[in-house]
Amino acid sequence: MSAQVSYNDFVIKFANVNGSGSASANGMFAKALFRMGIPVATRNIFPSNIQGLPTWFEVRVSERGYLGRREGVDVMVAMNAETYEEDVASVVPGGYLFYDNSKPLARELVRNDIVEVGIPISEMLLPEFQDPKQRQLFKNITYLGALSALLNLDFDVLKSMIGEQYKGKDALIKPNIHALEIGRNYAMEYLDCPLRVQVRPSDAVGDRIMINGNSAAALGCIYGGATVCAWYPITPSTSLVEAFERYANQLRLDENGRRKFAVVQAEDELAAIGMVIGAAWNGARSFTATSGPGLSLMSEFLGLAYFAEIPAVLFDVQRAGPSTGMPTRTQQSDLLSAAYASHGDTKQVLLIPATPKECFEFAAAALDLADRLQTPVIVLSDLELGMDDSLSEPFVWDDERRYDRGKVYTAEDLDELESYGRYRDIDGDGIGYRTYPGTHPTKGSFFTRGTSRDENAKYTESPDAYIANMRRLERKWQTAAGLVPVPEISRSEPARAYGIIYYGTTEHPMREALDRLAEDGIHLDTMRIRAFPFSQAVFEFVTEHELVFVVEQNRDGQMETLLVSEGRLDSAQLIGVRYFGGLSISADIIAREIRDYFVENKLARISEVTS
Amino acid sequence: MSFISKPVVHHPQLGHNDLGLTRRDYEGPISTLCAGCGHDSVSAAIVQACAELSIPPHRFAKVSGIGCSSKTPSYFLGNSHGLNSVHGRMPSVTTGANLANRSLHCIGISGDGDTASIGLGQFAHIVRRRVNMLYIVDNNGTYGLTKGQFSATNDKGSTNKKGLPNLHEPIDLVSMALQIGATFVARSFSGDKRQLVPLIRAGLLHEGFAFIDVVSPCVAFNNHAGSTKSYEYVRGHRDDVVMADFVPTHEEITADYAPGEREDVLMPDGSTLRLRKLEETYDPRDRTKALNYVHDKTLQGEVVTGLLYIDPDASDCHAMLNTVAEPLNSLGEAELCPGSEALDAINASFR
Repeated sequence: MSAQVSYNDFVIKFANVNGSGSASANGMFAKALFRMGIPVATRNIFPSNIQGLPTWFEVRVSERGYLGRREGVDVMVAMNAETYEEDVASVVPGGYLFYDNSKPLARELVRNDIVEVGIPISEMLLPEFQDPKQRQLFKNITYLGALSALLNLDFDVLKSMIGEQYKGKDALIKPNIHALEIGRNYAMEYLDCPLRVQVRPSDAVGDRIMINGNSAAALGCIYGGATVCAWYPITPSTSLVEAFERYANQLRLDENGRRKFAVVQAEDELAAIGMVIGAAWNGARSFTATSGPGLSLMSEFLGLAYFAEIPAVLFDVQRAGPSTGMPTRTQQSDLLSAAYASHGDTKQVLLIPATPKECFEFAAAALDLADRLQTPVIVLSDLELGMDDSLSEPFVWDDERRYDRGKVYTAEDLDELESYGRYRDIDGDGIGYRTYPGTHPTKGSFFTRGTSRDENAKYTESPDAYIANMRRLERKWQTAAGLVPVPEISRSEPARAYGIIYYGTTEHPMREALDRLAEDGIHLDTMRIRAFPFSQAVFEFVTEHELVFVVEQNRDGQMETLLVSEGRLDSAQLIGVRYFGGLSISADIIAREIRDYFVENKLARISEVTS
Repeated sequence: MSFISKPVVHHPQLGHNDLGLTRRDYEGPISTLCAGCGHDSVSAAIVQACAELSIPPHRFAKVSGIGCSSKTPSYFLGNSHGLNSVHGRMPSVTTGANLANRSLHCIGISGDGDTASIGLGQFAHIVRRRVNMLYIVDNNGTYGLTKGQFSATNDKGSTNKKGLPNLHEPIDLVSMALQIGATFVARSFSGDKRQLVPLIRAGLLHEGFAFIDVVSPCVAFNNHAGSTKSYEYVRGHRDDVVMADFVPTHEEITADYAPGEREDVLMPDGSTLRLRKLEETYDPRDRTKALNYVHDKTLQGEVVTGLLYIDPDASDCHAMLNTVAEPLNSLGEAELCPGSEALDAINASFR
C-alpha cells in the first residue's frame, strides 16, 4: 500500500440503520467539509421504511469539484451489522473500514487489502449516558468526533455546528460536544491520526451554497409568484411542498399574519392536479409536486389542461419505476410518460433542471411559461437532485423582473374589443387571449371544456373546427419550442465526429467522465438537453455528428426514443449509455461504456489520429 | 333536444332585481338536454335564485364534471365563466377556483354518476374541506349519456327500462354529507321550484359548503313504472321537512308562505334564514337527529326534502387556511415576490 497522502479527494460512506438518528450526524459531517471550503456532494441511499432497515449516506469529497457518483468507497463507516458483508466488500483496496470494535469483527469479514480502524464506541458510551436511546443517538456523534481526528476536520467548525443544530435547546449542546470529544480523544490517543486520506481547508467552494433541488424549486415557486399549491404526499417530492409551505410562512404573510398563499393536501393526486387546474383557470399561479405514480394518476387532467388550454405547473421528482418500483431510489424514467401525458394527441412542455440553481430558475420560468403558453409545464427533477444536498451557485433574482402572465384581457381591454373569441389565433403563434372569471359584466365570458369547440369556445363536433383547433395547438407547440430553455452545447469548430447527449442529474458525473475519456484520447462534443419540445439546435447537434451517445438513467432509452420520433432521426446514429439501478449513474459507468464502444467498434481516438 | 336559438327580446312584465337586471340576464344559451329533463328545471331554479339575490351575473364560477348534469352550467348564467372538467372531479377543480378567487360565488353541478360513483372520494373530501360553494347533484339514478345503466344512488329493487332490478344498496348522498360534517345539507325535487329556489339562495349565501341533492327524473331512461326516481314515484313519496325561506336584510319577504311554526337563523352576512318546520319535532340544527330522520324515512320509503341540516356558525376553507381577504389571483409581484435582498439572506443560510 502506498503511503502517499491524498487531500480532499475521496468517497466516504456511512452505513446505518434508519431511524437511528444518523442522518443529522452525517449531514453535519458533509456540512463541516463544505464550510472548510471543500466541494462535497451527498447521496442519501435510504429505504422505503420508517425504522430498522439499512440506510447509507455517501459523501463525495472532491477538490476538483467532481460532484457525481464515483464507484468504490475509500472510507466505510460501517455502523450496521446487518449490511457488514456488502459494506466491507465495497471498500476499494487500500481503503479504510471504520467500525465499532466493542465486539470483534467476524473472521469471515476480515480483508487483508484494507485498513481496519476500530473504535469501542458502545463500550465507551455505556458509562457516559444512562438513557439507552440517548446512547444510541450519541453513538453517531461519537463516530463523528473520531472521524474529525482521523480525517483532520476542523474541530471548531464541527463544534459550532452542534451549537447551531441545538440552538434553543442549550441543554443538549454540552452532552453532544462531550460525545464528540469522546470519539475524538480516543482516536487521537490510540490511532494513527490523520489517515492517508484526509481533508485540508480549501477555497474551491467559492460563493456556492449547499442545498437540495426540492428546496430550490420551492423557493423558485415563492419568487415566481405561485399562490396555490395542492399536493398529495409521495416520495421523493414531499419535501418540495413542505419547503414551499415553510418559506411561504416566513415570506408570504401580510401585516396581520394572514397568508398570501394556500397549500392544500389533497385526498389523492387526481384531486391535487384538479385543484391546480381550477386555481389556474381562475387566474392564480398554482403548482403541484409528485412522482411517477402521481404523474400517471394526473394524466387525464393533464389532457384536459392541454386541450382546454389551462396553465398548470407540475414538478415530477422522478423515482425508480415501474409501478411502486423503488420509491426511494433515483431514475430518469418518466420522460416519455410526461412528454405525452394523457390520451389523444397530447404533448406536454418539459423543463429538465440539472442543478439546484436550475431548479430555482426553472420553477419560476415554468410559472411564466405556463401562463404564456396556456398549457401545463412539467419540471422533471429526480430523487437525487430533489433530495440530496449538493453544491450550487447561489440563486439570483432581478428585482426588475415582472411576471409574464401571458395573454389575458382585462375589463378595459374587453370594452375596446368589438368581439371576443377565446381560441382565436390573433397573433399567429397559436395562443389565444384568456379572460379570468368575473372580469366583465357582459363581455369575455366563455365556457371552458375538454370537448371540441370552435374558436369562440362554442361546442361543436364539426370535423373542420376540430382539425383547425388541433392544428392551432400544433402551432402553439412550435411557439413553445422557441421559448423553453435552450440546450447547453459545447462543441469544437468544426464539429468533432462524435458527440454525447445527456440531461438532468447526469450533468454531475459527466465532467469527470469526459475528463477521463479525454485522458484516453476520446474527445466528444457535448449537449445537455434542458427542455421539450426540442429546438432545432437539438436535432442539428445529432445530424452534424457521425455518432452520438445518449446517456440516460432508464432502461429503455426514453430520451433516445423522443429524439428519434420527434426529430425523425436515424436511430442507428444514436448509441445508448444507460444505468437504471436506482443509484445515480456514475462517471465510471459512462467512461467505461464509451471506451468499450470505441474499442469494440475500432473507432479512432484523437490520440491515434494525431500520432 | 331543441335547435332553435333563444329570442333576445325581454318580456315586458319581467321583474327587475336590485341591480336593475331581469331573469334573462342570468340565463344562458338554450339547453340541449331532452325535453322535460328535470335538470333544466334545476337550471331554471338557479337562474331565478341568482336573479333574486341580485348578485351580478358575472360574479359566479360554474364548474361541473361529466354527464348530462354537467352539461347544464352552459345553460345558465351565460355571463359567467364555466368549466366543464373531467368525470367525477368537479370538487377538486372548484376547490382550486375558490382558492384562487374567494370573491366569486362557486356553483358546482354534478350528477349521481359523477358524484356517487367515480367522484365519491372527491365528494367526501370537499365536504371535509368546507369549500365555500353550492354543490348541486342532479340526481336521476341513471347514466343517461351512456343509455340507462344504474347509478350508485339507484334504489335496490328499482328496475331499469328493460325491467331488470338493481341488486345493489344505494348510496345516500345526503346521509353521507351529514356524516362527514357538511354544514348545509338539503334535498329537493326538480319539479318543486317553490322549495328549490329558496334552498339555492340559502345555499349560495351559506358561508362554507352547501349541498343540495336534487332528485331530478330522467325522462329518457328512469321515468318508468318501477323506477324510484320517476316523477310519479317521487311526487307520491315525498316528505317535506323544512321550508327554507331566505330573507335578505334589505327586502323582507314573508307573504309568500303559509303560516306555520318558524325559526329565524342569522346568516354570516347579516341576513336571516327563516326555517319553517313542517313537523313539530324537526330541528335542522341537530345533525344526529337529521341523520336518524333521513334514515327512518328512507326505511319507510319516503324521500325527505327540505333543509335537513344547517350550522349557522359555519366557516369555510379560507378561514381554516387563514388566507388574506383579497383574492389570491389579484396579488402581484409586490405582494408575492420577496426580492433579491431576501434571496441573498436565503443564500447565506445555505452556507
